[in-house]
Amino acid sequence: MLDIIIDFFIIGTKIGLILLPLILAVAYTTYAERKIIGYMQMRVGPNRVGPKGWLQPIADVIKLLMKEVVVPSGANKGLFLLAPILFIAPSFAAWAVIPFDAELVLANSDVGLLYILAMTSIAVYGVIIAGWASNSKYALIGSLRSASQIISYEIAMGFALVGVLMASGSMNLGQIVQGQEGGFWHWYWIPLLPLLVIYWISGVAETNRAPFDLPEGESEIVAGFHVEYAGISFALFFLAEYANMILISVLTALFFFGGWLNPFQGIPFVEDITGWVPGMAWLLLKAGFFLFLMIWLRATFPRYRYDQIMRLGWKVFIPVTVVWLMILTFMIKAGVGPWFSGRGVF
Amino acid sequence: MTVESIVFYLFAALTVLGAVGVITVRNAVQAVLCLVLTFFSAAVLWMLLEAEFLAVTLVLVYVGAVMVLFLFVVMMLDVDYASLKSGFTRYLPLGILVALALFGAIYWVIRSEVLGEMPEPAKHSAEYSNVTVLGKLLYTEYFYAFEVAGVILLVAIVAAISLTFRGRRDRRGQSVPVQHQASREERLRVVSMESGPRQDAHLRKETDVKSKRKRKTKTKAKKKGDEA
Repeated sequence: MLDIIIDFFIIGTKIGLILLPLILAVAYTTYAERKIIGYMQMRVGPNRVGPKGWLQPIADVIKLLMKEVVVPSGANKGLFLLAPILFIAPSFAAWAVIPFDAELVLANSDVGLLYILAMTSIAVYGVIIAGWASNSKYALIGSLRSASQIISYEIAMGFALVGVLMASGSMNLGQIVQGQEGGFWHWYWIPLLPLLVIYWISGVAETNRAPFDLPEGESEIVAGFHVEYAGISFALFFLAEYANMILISVLTALFFFGGWLNPFQGIPFVEDITGWVPGMAWLLLKAGFFLFLMIWLRATFPRYRYDQIMRLGWKVFIPVTVVWLMILTFMIKAGVGPWFSGRGVF
Repeated sequence: MTVESIVFYLFAALTVLGAVGVITVRNAVQAVLCLVLTFFSAAVLWMLLEAEFLAVTLVLVYVGAVMVLFLFVVMMLDVDYASLKSGFTRYLPLGILVALALFGAIYWVIRSEVLGEMPEPAKHSAEYSNVTVLGKLLYTEYFYAFEVAGVILLVAIVAAISLTFRGRRDRRGQSVPVQHQASREERLRVVSMESGPRQDAHLRKETDVKSKRKRKTKTKAKKKGDEA
């Protein structure tokens, strides 16, 4: 019995070591977003709380915690309060299989890639239930949009990941990264370039971020599915959205950009002087770049029209992925480049 | 009492609870959510049997896709729950009969000797990978069955689309390909205007600071030709 308790304690500590930095990262991603978009729009962004506004996220969190949670009349109370939890739980659970370094992973699962897809796909329940339980027209419209959008882009995303799977021959995230060993030109972003673009854009659409933020659509349906939420229940939605952003960025780095691997591998001199950098730093650097890209997208592009989103997902992305999977098959069988050498059959 | 057995009994209870919930809760949306719970805890039970591929696929396909569409439809329906319950007593005897028949059939299949003490499923070694084993079986021994299943699914997709797609052409949707083909020539006309004093120049107030500043530096004659 005692060893069971010790096991639980160890696993719990590991989970805490992943989740606490994640929550902190989420808080400062919101700060980064406001600052970056501020500078992009020739403003300064938050600069009042603490030095250069560094304490702004803390102030926001305290404000949200102090606010009253309002349950609208006619709402289904149980489901209304359950929805934010259902939204945030999968986006945290997905981090279980993320390898931060060669040995640094909570669950080294052989179905890691499928697990990630499954977790990101069940997050949609939070959105749907939030919209339905709010007893509000705008919320319902928002949740319907979100459901159709997430399901549509999940297919393109899944197909793009089939490419990663074919290239690496494994669903274990650690092995996917190890398959890209050998420096910048050995990573999968070159042979899988169209799939990378599709995966990235689908990821932005999956997280309901601009320019795919129709489920929220502040200018037309106020705030979409979370219009009735206030205080901590709203904060959970917010937290989950940013946690998903970070997750998608980390996954892109893992699948296409060599995860924790040093980009200077194989370059004689530079490899030696960057050898001391821990793998996790490379991963976070790469993920940070994609996080910045996501914020940049939001500052740059106007919102898509609904029919344009559906067209892009179904009529552009899915056919392109299918065609590229066929090309990829030939590339693998021909043993093209440094990526698939040794696997060719011709 | 190992960790596995605690997890098993917890999620077995949740599976049964969810399944009972599906048929007892009042609200259709809640019933769908109960079904989701059932699927999810069944996936955990499969995970305990080291069938992680099947477990994750169950969550991915049924919970992540099929049930979302289900919920989508149920949410949009405006069901009158009172009318649904009207025939309850009339159909109750028939329902009980069907339930008994089904239970009997299941009992007959899994005889009493199986229902007694069940041996714990054998544990595999640490190198055992359910995905690899499943993949090897599917692509070697059951290759034709696998391919036939794929073709059947494809036919089902095509059939479902052709059955439900009515092809309404009179709706007011924008066609994106047509919009893409719009060129600058047909939307934009560049007109060269003759420059000169405006006809209503004497009526317009000159409030613009910039134009005032300009006026100072320029001659009177040129000012007339300026935009003002």
